[in-house]
Amino acid sequence: MSTPELDPCRPGMRSDGPNGDVFPLIGKRSGFLAEGELKLNRRHRFLVAASLMIALFAVAGCKKKEVATAPPPPPPPAAPAPTAQIAATPTQISAGDQVVLSWKTTDATNVSIDGIGDVPTAGVKTVTPTSSTTYHLVARGDGGTADASAHVTVSSPPAVSVPTNTESEIDIFNANVQPIFFDYDSYDIRSDAQATLSKDAAFLNQHPDIRIVIGGYCDERGSDEYNLALGENRANAGKSALVNAGIAANRIRVISYGKEKPFCTESNEECWQKNRRDGFSMDR
Amino acid sequence: MKATVRLLPLILCVSLLLGAPQARAQDWVHVTTNMAQEKIRLAASDFKPVGDDPQTPTLKATFDAVLYNDLSAAGIFDMVSKSMSPQATPGSPQEIQLAQWAAAPASATDVAFGALSVSNGRLIVYGWLDDTRNTASPQVLGKQYNETASQDMSRILAHRFADEIIKQLGGGVNGIAETTIYFVSSRSGSKEIWSMDYDGENQHQITHLGSISTSPRVSPDGSRIAFASLEREGWSIRMYSLDLSRMVSFPAGAAGGANFSPAWSSDGTRLAFSSSRSGDPEIWACDAGGGNLHKLTSFRGPDVAPTWNPKTNSQIAWVSGRTGLPQIYTMDQDGGNIQRITDGGYATSPSWSPNGQILAFSWRRNYGPGDPGARDIHIIDLASLRWDQITHESGSNDFPSWAPDGRHIVFERQIGHRTDIWTMLADGTDQRQLTRTGNNTMPNWSWK
Repeated sequence: MSTPELDPCRPGMRSDGPNGDVFPLIGKRSGFLAEGELKLNRRHRFLVAASLMIALFAVAGCKKKEVATAPPPPPPPAAPAPTAQIAATPTQISAGDQVVLSWKTTDATNVSIDGIGDVPTAGVKTVTPTSSTTYHLVARGDGGTADASAHVTVSSPPAVSVPTNTESEIDIFNANVQPIFFDYDSYDIRSDAQATLSKDAAFLNQHPDIRIVIGGYCDERGSDEYNLALGENRANAGKSALVNAGIAANRIRVISYGKEKPFCTESNEECWQKNRRDGFSMDR
Repeated sequence: MKATVRLLPLILCVSLLLGAPQARAQDWVHVTTNMAQEKIRLAASDFKPVGDDPQTPTLKATFDAVLYNDLSAAGIFDMVSKSMSPQATPGSPQEIQLAQWAAAPASATDVAFGALSVSNGRLIVYGWLDDTRNTASPQVLGKQYNETASQDMSRILAHRFADEIIKQLGGGVNGIAETTIYFVSSRSGSKEIWSMDYDGENQHQITHLGSISTSPRVSPDGSRIAFASLEREGWSIRMYSLDLSRMVSFPAGAAGGANFSPAWSSDGTRLAFSSSRSGDPEIWACDAGGGNLHKLTSFRGPDVAPTWNPKTNSQIAWVSGRTGLPQIYTMDQDGGNIQRITDGGYATSPSWSPNGQILAFSWRRNYGPGDPGARDIHIIDLASLRWDQITHESGSNDFPSWAPDGRHIVFERQIGHRTDIWTMLADGTDQRQLTRTGNNTMPNWSWK
């Protein structure tokens, strides 16, 4: 299973993994969707979507991938054979991107997609495959069985495919120890940073074996040498706050990066704010 | 007379900028004395090629071009353009017709000329300087050089002859044609220390540490470069020996905390730098070998970028953020008698002029949140605290460093996401871009 995705440059832009919501979480890249989850109380939404799609097909004659229907069974002509269609858009993605699956069937009483499970007879679903996947749909009805499939090619391996122990340790650290941000030309701990530091300290108190490096960073505007000193003051301010929260000082190293290693290189306030930070990393 | 006329705009400009009575403007002319002398109308003749060695034409071309450029860049000459010079290339005092050079349009008061030949792999140059107004005894200088022939040597000999002329006509102040500029460049992929000739030629990489190296400061005797480098434990003051062409140990620079922005006293016996080994970045000083280390400042907030008064070595100017935005301060070498020099804005990177009277620094007068922060080089007279802005509306400018002649300043200029090294005269004129590859920052002009 995928590990929650973290963007170290975007605090708060973090998904907590599968949670049953079929819609994207915050951020473009964070849509972690549980495959095989559709809730009944959402069913009407899919019915609406399905009828809309059918209407669209009827009006626009939209050509979806035609799929061979199963050979018709012999006589009893009472029940017509089911038909099934499924399409994936787009069919080629990078790991972490989203794909919209849409399908429709006729004369089916039970429809399922391999790996997802039972689904409505027509519907739309967003998925985030981490490797190339064939979505195989089977429609069963009184008149027989039909199937269709759609293939999605994932161009690069997922960010975290087979997590090793150290990778997951770093991921857990990064998920729990968040950076703090500073005002312009200041190394005072802001109230929002105080709250972040409390959580950071809580995690570090729970993991007394972890030692950390605090990196002090500045935005691009000032003078290099002055920013090295300012970054040192920022890193020391973060260290003092953690020490006050009960973390032993000898678990913490500080390094000023000044403006030498920016997280963001655009010349605007949003970017400058991202760069005025204390970043925390595991010391090894 | 002509020189006076050419000087007038500078005086007027300074007066207007300061909005000061004439007496004050005179102060400026006084403090920038090396700039403000009457410019001498000087001609540099192409040298006469002698002999038929195939190397002669290219070596002569280099020599002529470098000599003319050095004299043009000196800041004390009103050079006769080559198109206004007489066609003749006199190779000896017997061959020169001074009246030709004294007459319009050249109107030269002095003429540099000579002869160049290559013989048996030796480059032989005879150079003279004549005063056209002293027809009875015109010769001011006569020099002879005999070195292994090469393009580099041709360049070096032109620098040497130029510096002789500049010293002779420039009030005894040594020229800078043979000086070196040290700087930081990222062109190898990491920030390393580089050096180049004062005119941007001969750029080459000195350190190969693969980390981030900053703030090179060459020792007054030119034997060592102190700089700061990021290592696993943080920033350390490191030493590179130019004599041994390798790193040498400097344990005092690595004793914990962040250590950066070193500065040599002009006698080479002491170093000042910023260190946070006591918990907060402060100015520290020690002997050149690292002994006698002691802390000079004790204020919460950044204290960085010291520079010694090179005339006395009894004062240090530096940058402090103790009141918020960084300001320039001065103190005695024992940490006493602290004076604030700048009255606001964002002021960094002081460099103390060789005559001990002026600080060059980078300043943004109206700096604040959201401001893109373009800074300009300023100079301030320490006696009167009168200041002048010397770069205008061209990128963001930082890290001024005085040349040993007190007439030139090297600095970094960032335009967009590119930063390059530039030089200019101390009044902001004659700006010349020296680097064009990679990002180049934090220049430091050698002491001689």
